[in-house]
Amino acid sequence: MRRWADSVATIERRLARGGASLCAAVLLLVGWGPMDSQAADERTPAVQSALAGVGRAATPAEVRAWDIDVRPDFQGLPAGKGSVADGEAIWEARCTSCHGVFGESNEVFTPIIGGTSAADIARGRVRNLEAGAGFAQRTTIMKASQVSTLWDYINRAMPWDKPKSLKTDEVYAVLAYMLNMAEIVPADFVLDERSIVGVQARMPNRDGMRRFDDLWRTAGRGDVQNEACMQDCPVSTEKLAVLPPNGRDTHGDLASQVRAFGPVRGIALTTTASTTAPATSGRPAAPASEAAATAAVADARPKAQAAGCLACHAVDRKLVGPALREIAGKHGGEADLPGYLARRIAQGGAGVWGPVPMPPQPQVSPDDVRALAAWIAAGAP
Amino acid sequence: MKIGAAIGRVIAAPEGHLPAEQVAEAARNRRRFMGRALAFGAGATAALPGAVRAAASDGDPAILQLPAHSRGLGQPVVARGYGQPSVHEKNIQRRESPGLTRVPQASVSFCPLQSTFGIITPSGLHFERHHQGWWDIDPATHRLMVNGLVAAPRVFTMDDLMRLPSVSRIHFIECGANTAMEWSTPAVPTVQYTHGMLSCSEFTGVLLSTLLDLCGIDRKAARAILAEGADGSSMTRTIPIENALDDVLVAWGMNGEMLRPENGYPLRLVVPGIQGVSWVKYLRRIEVGDAAWHTKDETLHYVDLMPDGTHRQFTSIQECKSVITTPSGGQKLVGQGFYNVSGLAWSGRGRIRRVDVSADGGRTWRTARLEEPLLPKALSRFNIDWVWDGSPATLQSRAIDETGYVQPKINQLRAVRGTRSIYHNNAIQSWRVEADGEVINAQMG
Repeated sequence: MRRWADSVATIERRLARGGASLCAAVLLLVGWGPMDSQAADERTPAVQSALAGVGRAATPAEVRAWDIDVRPDFQGLPAGKGSVADGEAIWEARCTSCHGVFGESNEVFTPIIGGTSAADIARGRVRNLEAGAGFAQRTTIMKASQVSTLWDYINRAMPWDKPKSLKTDEVYAVLAYMLNMAEIVPADFVLDERSIVGVQARMPNRDGMRRFDDLWRTAGRGDVQNEACMQDCPVSTEKLAVLPPNGRDTHGDLASQVRAFGPVRGIALTTTASTTAPATSGRPAAPASEAAATAAVADARPKAQAAGCLACHAVDRKLVGPALREIAGKHGGEADLPGYLARRIAQGGAGVWGPVPMPPQPQVSPDDVRALAAWIAAGAP
Repeated sequence: MKIGAAIGRVIAAPEGHLPAEQVAEAARNRRRFMGRALAFGAGATAALPGAVRAAASDGDPAILQLPAHSRGLGQPVVARGYGQPSVHEKNIQRRESPGLTRVPQASVSFCPLQSTFGIITPSGLHFERHHQGWWDIDPATHRLMVNGLVAAPRVFTMDDLMRLPSVSRIHFIECGANTAMEWSTPAVPTVQYTHGMLSCSEFTGVLLSTLLDLCGIDRKAARAILAEGADGSSMTRTIPIENALDDVLVAWGMNGEMLRPENGYPLRLVVPGIQGVSWVKYLRRIEVGDAAWHTKDETLHYVDLMPDGTHRQFTSIQECKSVITTPSGGQKLVGQGFYNVSGLAWSGRGRIRRVDVSADGGRTWRTARLEEPLLPKALSRFNIDWVWDGSPATLQSRAIDETGYVQPKINQLRAVRGTRSIYHNNAIQSWRVEADGEVINAQMG
């Protein structure tokens, strides 16, 4: 089909140039087929050679810099070591704000530690994952079948706001502390590239995974089949389950999420529940564009993004820390609120909003701290 | 309200229900108003539509009274160097599902499927899934490395990649967690939230097989590839070598332009038929290996929890699925009579062969019209006539792909996989149409 289309295009170009009659063009077409073929196996050696010259060899240092993956057989694991005690110190400095002191926090991410037992470690299967166990939460350590997965992920993506900043020994140490919290290794344990092999043999869910190739290979067959019945088809006798009445309002005003013309309308809110803001406000006249509401103080949102504030704070809701918009309201009696907030940003603090501390932010320039403080003091408009 | 008082202001259209004397008065006022409008020049025409509705007793004012855009000069070319949707389309937005995630950088926004047509998703409405925030990466400094079981590790710039033989292919991308919230019970109100982690685009790039051959892949030893992103999460996923050497693309183009930053600019992997998490964004590295890597997102997530407490691992195929998008949950039909029921069908194993639609909760089915093109591992659009008589109905669609696989019912899925699986829910979706025309998310076995 492509050959034909390309040939016709060629003919049209020739006709446009003038001179060639349609008859001549059709005759040309017969003889031109092979010339426009681009199939790989028809490339001449010269073309193949030129194609093979695209790109360049990677240097050993470049491969070392990027080839960081670690497999279950520990291929790719760099040598190093870290103790539980070292890991505890790193954990408290870098990890608690999201994951809690004991890795148990469900505030920001799902818990890392919990739900496993000595019996699980002995068996290699986690009892609390079974349907009859009645244990709703699924922690990281309940699911992890390979200790290599944890090492690899901490190394490549943690901490949340500064991924790839941990040194190799720090990754070992943090993982050692996590394993100790899960009672997989003792408090005096030192994790290194050799002792990690023994840890694998104690992972609580090491035998909890099953491959299911029919959903891995495109040519496989599914595990659940239906029949294409057309008439008098069997249906379940179970009552039709419908979205509960209060479920309609959970996602904001549905009337403003569809067009106001066409065969249907969206259903308006039945309560005054909070509305759902669009994910982005880049579209014309996006409904929830609060940014332009107050122009008195400079919008420091870009600075907040650049400084990493938004990793833990959202403007309009609580994340790890309080909503930026709510902070000013908490300090109504403060004479110099921008000054107070500037100190809090630069030096950190704790206790005002709960147990999670605000770490000091020495990387943010004094000018940016002042701009951020002024913006937050004005209610983060 | 006296009609005269309303001249020059927008009031609700009288829909031809005015008494004769008010019509006459409106006509007199209109003549006076027109005189003023001419005197004020073109600027006054903006007030016309509302002003003249009052005179419309002979028919639709939208016809009888020419609007400003029929009577004035429109905007020039390049008023906007990059075109934008109409201001009347502001409701059509990607949206988050409240409470689904707690961190916006590790979250998802859903495509408004209820408002799209055909099979191509507008790039600005393509669903988002970020694992550690999105970036707008400078293509001049972006690199792709290929290493592992190849003749020698190799590095490509965007200049290099975009010189290679390219292909353009239309494929759907669906998150493995699409419809996850519905495993145990109807939980969210609209198709945007039940099925909106789904989009379909024309992607342009180089076949990964071309790239791997160029690097001298060891085809005898290779069993899988690892794809790795350049962002903070450095997303990594194992991909079977069969797929890698078949239709996987290293893509830079999407719907005729470069990828959008939210979708991996300037380079992403396209893995047709496989769940979206494998379509690694900001692609920086491909490693060829002889075994799976068991990365975080193929061990701790994107695994299917079975009733016996084991997880099915490496279940990546997005099996045959369909959903009616018009009408759909959270909507209200404007009245009885004719409707074009429309929806989407797709399969990670190939083409859609047939879609059937039921209006009685699955007791009887009729085969829908499939619109062309019908492409492998792409969205397909179906349509079918339906006359709503005002009585309650339950609309369902059921897709069949070219392998003969028939989309299952939710209770068939639950019988095998339980209700805690999270991922890979491809069940038939039911929309309950109430007597008042309201459409509600429902489940029926």
